[in-house]
Amino acid sequence: MKHIAKIMAFLMAVTAVWISLLQTKMIPQSHTWLLPLYFIVSLGCYGLLMVGVGLMQFPTCPQEAVLLQQDVIEAKQFLKHNGVDVGTD
Amino acid sequence: MLRQTPVFILQNKNRYSIIVPTYNERLNIALLVFLVFKHIPDVDFEIIIVDDGSPDGTQDIVKQLQQVYGDDRILLRARPKKLGLGTAYIHGLKHASGNFVVIMDADLSHHPKYLPHFIKKQVETGADIVTGTRYVTGGGVHGWTLMRKLTSRGANVLAHTLLWPGVSDLTGSFRLYKKSALEDIISSCVSKGYVFQMEMIVRASRKGYHIEEVPITFVDRVYGSSKLGGSEIVEYLKGLVYLLFTT
Repeated sequence: MKHIAKIMAFLMAVTAVWISLLQTKMIPQSHTWLLPLYFIVSLGCYGLLMVGVGLMQFPTCPQEAVLLQQDVIEAKQFLKHNGVDVGTD
Repeated sequence: MLRQTPVFILQNKNRYSIIVPTYNERLNIALLVFLVFKHIPDVDFEIIIVDDGSPDGTQDIVKQLQQVYGDDRILLRARPKKLGLGTAYIHGLKHASGNFVVIMDADLSHHPKYLPHFIKKQVETGADIVTGTRYVTGGGVHGWTLMRKLTSRGANVLAHTLLWPGVSDLTGSFRLYKKSALEDIISSCVSKGYVFQMEMIVRASRKGYHIEEVPITFVDRVYGSSKLGGSEIVEYLKGLVYLLFTT
C-alpha cells in the first residue's frame, strides 16, 4: 500500500469517529464541531515543538573541523612526497 | 608498536567497492583516497571514481593516485559531462567487483574514518544497508548556520511526520549497501539530487530491507561553499509529495 493510502485510511477512521461523536451527542455539539480544529492545531504545535527541541539539541562537532585540518596536512605531506600534485587551487 | 587489527576486519571475506562521484574535486579526491587507505588498510576494497568531465583536471590527479596506490585499487570510470548523481552510482555499480558498495561524497564532508564503523555495524547485525546519520548523539554537523540547521530540522520533522521512514537522517549520502540491495533499489528510483538519497532509503525501508544507522560527523564544505536557497526548498517539498504518493 502506498504511504498516502495509509494516511488516507487513518484520516478516514478518525473522521468516522468524529461523525459518530456528532451523531451520538455524547459530547456537546459545539465542542464536537471544533475537534478537527483542535486536532490540526495540536499537530502544528507538536511539529513546532519537535523542530524547536531538535534545534536546541542539534549535535555539533567543532573539534572535527580541527581534526580534519590535521588530516589534510598529513595527507598533503604524504601525497606531495609520492608525486601527487596537491598544489593550491 | 603492535597495531591490532580488529576481528571484524581480520575475518572479513567481503570486498567493498567505494563509489565516489566527482566534479571539480581535484584536491579533495587525493585527500580522500589517502584517508581511505589510512583508515581501512587491511580491508579488501576498491575506489571507483566517477568523474563527470571535470574541467579542473580531477582525472589527471586520479591517474597520479593510480601510480601511487595501483590501478587495481583505484578505478577511474569517467563520463563526458555532468549527468547526475543517480546515474553516476549506476555507472559505478557496473564496474563494481565487490559484494558491498559504499557511497560517499568526495568533498571530505564524509570522513573515511567512519568506514570501519560502517563495516563493523554491518558484520555485527547482518544489515542490508548501513546509513550514516548526523542527527544522533555521537554524530554532528560543523559549519552550518542557525538558518541552515533550522531548515534541516524542519525538513526532517516534516519528512518524518509524512513518510515514517524508519531512519533519522533521510538526506544523508554516506551509506554502505549490499550490492544486490543497491542494484534492486536503484532501479526503481527516479529522483535527482538529495531527493534521490531520500527516495533510496524510503524505498529500501518499504521493501523491508534491514537498515542500521551509525553516527557520523559532517564538516561542511571545507573547500567550497554550500547553498540552500528557495528553489532547493521547493524541490524538497515536491520530492516529499512524490514519495508520499509513490512509496
